[in-house]
Amino acid sequence: MALCHFYLSQMAASSERSPPPFPDSEEPELLEDSDEEADAFTGTSISEMDSPSPDSTRPPKDIFNEPPEDIFSDPLSNINSEPQKKVDAKIPSPSSDEAVDLFSDPLDDDSEVMSSPEVQNPMPDLLNEPVEAPKSDVLGEPPVHRNAARHQDVFEDPPKSSSKSSSVKKAASAEMFGDDDDEEDLFKEPPKVVTKKPQPSGPPVDVFTEVKSDVKVKPQVKDDPTDLFAEEALTAPAPKPSSGSSSSRTNGVHSEEQDLFSEATVELSLDSPCNDRKNKEAVKPSVSAPAAPVASSSSKAPSKSLEELEEEESEDKFDLNISITNPEKVGDGMNAYMAYKVSTQTSLTMFRSKTFTVRRRFSDFLGLFEKLSEKHSQNGYLIPPPPEKSILGMTKVKVGKEDPSSAEFVERRRAALERYLQRVVSHPSLLQDPDVREFLEKEELPRAVSTQALSGAGFLKMLNKATDAVSKMTIKMNEQDVWFDEKIQDVENEEQHLRKLHVMVESLVNHRKELSGNTAVFAKSVAMLGSSEDNTALSRALSQLAEVEDRIEQLHQEQASNDFFTFSELLADYIRLLGAVRGCFDQRMKAWQRWQDAENMLQKKREAEAKLLWANKPDKLQQAKDEITEWEAKVTQYEREFERISATVRKEVIRFDKEKARDFNRQVIKYLESLLHSQQQLIKYWDAFLPEAKAIV
Amino acid sequence: MQEGLDDGPDFLSEEDRGLRAVNVDLQTDATLQVDISDALSERDKVKFTVHTKSTLPNFKQNEFSVVRQHEEFIWLHDSFVENEEYAGYIIPPAPPRPDFDASREKLQKLGEGEGSMTKEEFTKMKQELEAEYLAIFKKTVAMHEVFLCRVAAHPVLRKDLNFHVFLEYNQDLSVRGKNKKEKLEDFFKNVVKSADGVLVAGVKDVDDFFEHEKTFLLEYHNRVKDSSAKSDRMIRSHKIQCLTCFLFCSLLNRFFLKVSELFEKTRKIEARVAADEDLKLADLLKYYLRESQAAKDLLYRRGRALVDYENANKALDKARAKNKDVLQAETTQQVCCQKFEKISESAKQELIDFKTRRVAAFRKNLVELAELELKHAKGNLQLLQSCLGVLKGDT
Repeated sequence: MALCHFYLSQMAASSERSPPPFPDSEEPELLEDSDEEADAFTGTSISEMDSPSPDSTRPPKDIFNEPPEDIFSDPLSNINSEPQKKVDAKIPSPSSDEAVDLFSDPLDDDSEVMSSPEVQNPMPDLLNEPVEAPKSDVLGEPPVHRNAARHQDVFEDPPKSSSKSSSVKKAASAEMFGDDDDEEDLFKEPPKVVTKKPQPSGPPVDVFTEVKSDVKVKPQVKDDPTDLFAEEALTAPAPKPSSGSSSSRTNGVHSEEQDLFSEATVELSLDSPCNDRKNKEAVKPSVSAPAAPVASSSSKAPSKSLEELEEEESEDKFDLNISITNPEKVGDGMNAYMAYKVSTQTSLTMFRSKTFTVRRRFSDFLGLFEKLSEKHSQNGYLIPPPPEKSILGMTKVKVGKEDPSSAEFVERRRAALERYLQRVVSHPSLLQDPDVREFLEKEELPRAVSTQALSGAGFLKMLNKATDAVSKMTIKMNEQDVWFDEKIQDVENEEQHLRKLHVMVESLVNHRKELSGNTAVFAKSVAMLGSSEDNTALSRALSQLAEVEDRIEQLHQEQASNDFFTFSELLADYIRLLGAVRGCFDQRMKAWQRWQDAENMLQKKREAEAKLLWANKPDKLQQAKDEITEWEAKVTQYEREFERISATVRKEVIRFDKEKARDFNRQVIKYLESLLHSQQQLIKYWDAFLPEAKAIV
Repeated sequence: MQEGLDDGPDFLSEEDRGLRAVNVDLQTDATLQVDISDALSERDKVKFTVHTKSTLPNFKQNEFSVVRQHEEFIWLHDSFVENEEYAGYIIPPAPPRPDFDASREKLQKLGEGEGSMTKEEFTKMKQELEAEYLAIFKKTVAMHEVFLCRVAAHPVLRKDLNFHVFLEYNQDLSVRGKNKKEKLEDFFKNVVKSADGVLVAGVKDVDDFFEHEKTFLLEYHNRVKDSSAKSDRMIRSHKIQCLTCFLFCSLLNRFFLKVSELFEKTRKIEARVAADEDLKLADLLKYYLRESQAAKDLLYRRGRALVDYENANKALDKARAKNKDVLQAETTQQVCCQKFEKISESAKQELIDFKTRRVAAFRKNLVELAELELKHAKGNLQLLQSCLGVLKGDT
């Protein structure tokens, strides 16, 4: 990680020449504010962190808007008041940024300054020392100590979260991270998160524009303090060169190169006023600085990555392996249940460790689904449905001892659960859901209660019923979007088709099993025939034939289970998934209906207003007008919602299609390979038999 | 004679190449060649056109054809069985009754289900079933032909008058199927016979060869019966599986054309595998089920004769002791003895022939079976490989 940072920082340095080092001059004034603001920001950041949803982007913006103004206004009045020291001490991260800037700036000839950057490049380990040296020279003592201390922290953390994050942590750790766990997560994750962020799509742009506006306001402040800068530059570089600068730079680099920004930028402001300055200089760097803390806050990451991850994922397979193993019966009698070992292997930084295992029971899986669908389904997300609850199968497991059919049931369920979880985590936005992470990581989950009554099948049935009812109600929905129109049709046809196919495959499996059974019986019978045959060669050949048939029986059996596990289960999954897709369409339809209803309401209100106008009742007129504006707002809101949901559903469906194609392709290949294998075996067997047959005299 | 007969069951395997002229191997002397040149299925009966080529003087012409039905074959067979003259021979087993019911039923079902599938599926399915029907039909014809060929190749049976009538008389033999009373009688006869068979089988044979043959045949017959039933079941389920696979394919092709095509092809191969297994294995077993039954019958007849002979001996002893009807007893004893001797003599040869024939037939069929299986498996393999290549190339 550290290396990575460095690499990036170097790149940043080269690319970041333009930003001049002014900021420091302002620092003193700003810093005062910054302290206060930092708190404020941390406060906001907490709230953001808590809310994992994409909306988190908004609060930051607001924050952003406000702080700059304050900051600037203050600085102007109080410029050059006291607190260089303060600044340094309390806001190490910003200083680091400045340091970076300084380095990049060819104009600044401070030898000390230069030295520090060089130190940076080589290695993170080296940093501590050089850092200290400059500090002592340049700065007052207090800052040095503080910074040093922080540095150590930073370095101790293996993940090397940005220095900023550490600073943030100190400032507001208590508030921000109630859980120690969270903290850890945050620190470990940053590196990855940072890398991810570069790709952000929509939100960043907004941030930028805002930032720019801010920047414009500030310029005056900037220009003045160039002189001051030198001093500050010195101070700054010393403390933070290592991690802080690197992280900020990496971010900066990303932003420059890819235009990618994120809400993260908003948080920058938290760290210090310096950022603001930066904003003035160049929008990008400022933004970049904040990114680091954002990165550290895992909860933030999701919001950004929702969309980006999707693209990312399609390109390269993300690194999260989930396997479910060791189904184990827990308890006795009817209270018994099966517990499955869910092992996760990942290099994603949002998880605490690379590999972890938890034990989950079936209802936990259902509970997860419920939580997810509660949260996300109204947004039009496609929540992969879990396997259905099977009372019969489970009862068998509970009662039966070592019945092959119950073993098969358990295996079938295990595989289904595994696929289900894999689907969940392969969904970029669901992966970010804290419940999912909790499910994968947390030792103990609260018992999912409501799933008891609600078996998968029952639920789906309910869903389907509701779906039908709704679709009947809104059947008049005139679809303007041809794409959706076709897609809905497609999905329905496909579902029917898959159902047929599924039935077919089931019977195929049964027939194959039957065939295998009959082959076994025949093999035995031939063996008997061989034993009673009095021609030795023929007898031998017959017993060989029996053996061949026996092996073929094995092949058939394997093939049957292949048929089953590759096709039948795949089809069953996709039948369920298509149900979920339909659910998405229904959500969209519901949104549409809300919109239409609002539209109708608005219409009515308008008519009422017209009537009032005509009836000349001014007292009520005002109220009517208010209502109209209210409903207008609602209409636009619902319309936007509908549009948003349409977009989401569309994306989800496209994603689903892609995934489906991939899944089917993979399974078909797997299946064909299994067929290939059995044919090869067959050839082997018959090849061996042929000479035996020829040896009959 | 022996080599000729060896190929009896084997002929069945040629069935899929169409109705072939009689296996030439059968007719080493070429004085009498019989084949079924044509067959016609009419509602519930099948008319076989039996074509004969002969240089034997007892036929008016050298070449002629008559139309015969299954019942007439049965009649011919029964006439052999009932003829005491032939007690010492293995009577070639009668051909099984043509049975198209299952196939017809399927066709009918298909007709009913016409609405539920697409036209394409329907026509495909229909072709499928028609092909199956045709296969059964051909097989039936082949079985009848084999029976005639075996008779024609048999040194004694070929001279049978009934056989000649069967071949030459160009009008309906007016053989009717057995009525209920006769069937009942047959049934009782069979019961008596099998009870008697058990008794006779219990008698210790003086001749080791026959003793051995007896135990062997009893066991062998049961085993073959079992195997035959099992192989039938196996092949039936194989065929059903192919059929389902077919439906599966037709559904699948809406998803992956390529894969569906592949499945279609592999399924066809698989169907061929089933058909070949049917021909090479099931039919072989079935034929030897009947043949071993015939051999068992021969042994029974001999055993019966032996028991008769012993009884006659006892009767003679008694008569001599009482000095009464000695002459009559002596003649009876003489007759029985002669009969037994005669049966034993020909039976020994017949049984040895039966064995060689059997071994040769099994060898041929098994080798062919293995070769066909290999061929099909390799074909499948190739298809799968190419398809996999295409699929993987796609991804």
